[in-house]
Amino acid sequence: MDYFLELFFGGLTRGSIYALIALGYTMVYGIIELINFAHGEIYMIGAFTGLIVAGVLTALGFPEASILVIALICAVIWSASYGYTVEKIGYKPLRGAQRLSPLISAIGMSIFLQNYVMLAQTPDFLPFPALTPQFDFMKPYSAVMNSSELVIVVATIAVCVGLTLFIKYTKLGKAMRATAQNRKMAMLVGVNVDMVISATFVIGSSLAAVGGVLIASHIGQINYFIGFIAGIKAFTAAVLGGIGSIPGAMLGALVLGLTEAFATGYVSSDYEDVFAFCLLVLILIFRPAGIMGKEKTQKV
Amino acid sequence: MNNTLNETGHQGALRLLLSAGCHSIPHALRKSAMVAAWFAFLTFPILVIKVNTIENTVAWRWENMLAIAVATFFGSYVWRWLLARKEIKRDEAKRESVAERLLTKVQSHPILKLAGLAAIAIPAVLYPQVFDLYQTNIMVSCLVFIVLGLGLNIVVGLAGLLDLGYVAFYAVGAYAYALCNLHWGIGFWTMLPLGAALGTIMGVILGFPVLRLRGDYLAIVTLGFGEIIRLVLENWGDVTKGPSGISNIARPEFFGMKLTIAQSTMYMYYIMLGLLVLTIFCVSRLQHSRIGRAWLALREDEIACQAMGIDKVKTKLLAFALGATWAGMAGVVFAARTTFINPASFTFWESAMILSIVVIGGMGSIRGVIAGAIILILVPEYLREFSEFRMLLFGAIMVMVMVFRPQGLISAKRKIYTYKGTSEAGSGQ
Repeated sequence: MDYFLELFFGGLTRGSIYALIALGYTMVYGIIELINFAHGEIYMIGAFTGLIVAGVLTALGFPEASILVIALICAVIWSASYGYTVEKIGYKPLRGAQRLSPLISAIGMSIFLQNYVMLAQTPDFLPFPALTPQFDFMKPYSAVMNSSELVIVVATIAVCVGLTLFIKYTKLGKAMRATAQNRKMAMLVGVNVDMVISATFVIGSSLAAVGGVLIASHIGQINYFIGFIAGIKAFTAAVLGGIGSIPGAMLGALVLGLTEAFATGYVSSDYEDVFAFCLLVLILIFRPAGIMGKEKTQKV
Repeated sequence: MNNTLNETGHQGALRLLLSAGCHSIPHALRKSAMVAAWFAFLTFPILVIKVNTIENTVAWRWENMLAIAVATFFGSYVWRWLLARKEIKRDEAKRESVAERLLTKVQSHPILKLAGLAAIAIPAVLYPQVFDLYQTNIMVSCLVFIVLGLGLNIVVGLAGLLDLGYVAFYAVGAYAYALCNLHWGIGFWTMLPLGAALGTIMGVILGFPVLRLRGDYLAIVTLGFGEIIRLVLENWGDVTKGPSGISNIARPEFFGMKLTIAQSTMYMYYIMLGLLVLTIFCVSRLQHSRIGRAWLALREDEIACQAMGIDKVKTKLLAFALGATWAGMAGVVFAARTTFINPASFTFWESAMILSIVVIGGMGSIRGVIAGAIILILVPEYLREFSEFRMLLFGAIMVMVMVFRPQGLISAKRKIYTYKGTSEAGSGQ
């Protein structure tokens, strides 16, 4: 039973991280119908920024508790800036181009950012300091769940609730939904579509940065390549839930995280990544619209 | 902005460069300064700070910030100038570049065409006789990439299906030869068609379920598939020997003769050259055939295409399978050439590399793909000290090409059919 619970909470943690990344994919897809390949790289840059800031603060002798908060804030600021810049350079000039063009541009961006971080920092794995505090009240349950997992799950829930409220009740959220429904129409009623798209990238990148710092501090090491696999898996989660749908992305991420945790726990850990890909292929074949997505009819 | 655009001559061009996309030169300066400041901020943590988390030391590399600021200051000028130029070009009628016009002229003249072909063929045949082993080896790998690029060009360039897991078929061919050679001693020449057939079969197996999907989903599924193949090769140690790979794969034999390494490299070169000619022949024939036209039509508009009675799934599947065929064949050659393979040779980077060959060269254009492969494989080979930056540049070039020249270096041209009825009727049209 303990083993089962351990796997369950492990899966929940994974799922939370996937959810934080998947939200960025799904929001961008919802608005400009583009798979933002560079999104996984934004997550990786978030983790690196967190590591660098934490390293500087530790060297300067800051107290432990403040390091996590400051590192998180810096990671969010820089990741959001990267997301904004990537959109301005790689995608904005391509609006109205053929469908494949922005996609290839996104792949180029992804390759560029990975190599940029590799050359600027290091190609090796870097140890990431454990930034999350260890709670005393979690000690009795340490066999099944530790403090950093709790922090990740709670933070993800908070972020998801916040995002849902934001999309539902704020003016910008409304503008986003309008743009997602019909960009031209939104423009006609006075929505600043360019601003909305930029805001989407900024929000999505911020969420990815939160995920990046939290998971890096949980796992304890990062390298320039982590964004690739995490990105594909988060995309799988987004598709699983129905791409373009925000609650769908959360649900899909949870399903994916749990599936992976149980599959690696009970079947084989060698094929950890294979399960996610197989799941992706199966969903796309049998239910391309995902769990919460609506089947779109193509119109001429 | 319009004023500057309409001006002609050197002064106009200079002013356009200095104030591209802006009202005036001070405005442009301000804009570039802002871009430089933004990038200095953006790259600050990753490019400037380097921490050592074990010893808790921090290294500050301020010179990088200066370099980035200066580079982006001037870079933003070029960027805006290119954007402005793109706008002007859009207004003009689509003009061909000088090189393209020259090529068309050469091709339309039978004697010139023959001379041109000879000018390419003779150096190609003499190459290994003139240059040493090292150069020949590089050329062989370049030829392998041209064949791979042409194969992927069928899928991406002609049929418009973005395949990010192309390397999977390449791996299938390579491992098929390695394993068959290891266990049953099957030779290269038997395996070449078998590898091609295996590639086709894998293409059909993968293509059948996923080709119903829209373009971007297909990209992700093929990417996932490529990773699955690599992970299986890595983890299924009993069969594939895992990450350590398979060594001592037989080189191709020349009518039962054992060749020295130098001879066999030369032999390999000619095999690849032959394979390349075959590929070019097949692809160009396919391109202008009924199927090729169906691919182009499908790429442009699926719904209209189906309304015209083209079987969408069958046509796409054909493109996918044919693309995979060449990858399978190139895989066999790769295994025979290096005599050692392991899963590390079949990562996503390989797929990305082949894709950038096709994209940068020009999607759908055979000449473009060849030019792309020669540039992307040979240039980094001779700029060794530059090789770290290779992938960085590829990524950047891919974005730039998509933004400023989506048709690639040498753009594909539709075949123009001339009406061969009575000449009056033809010219009267």
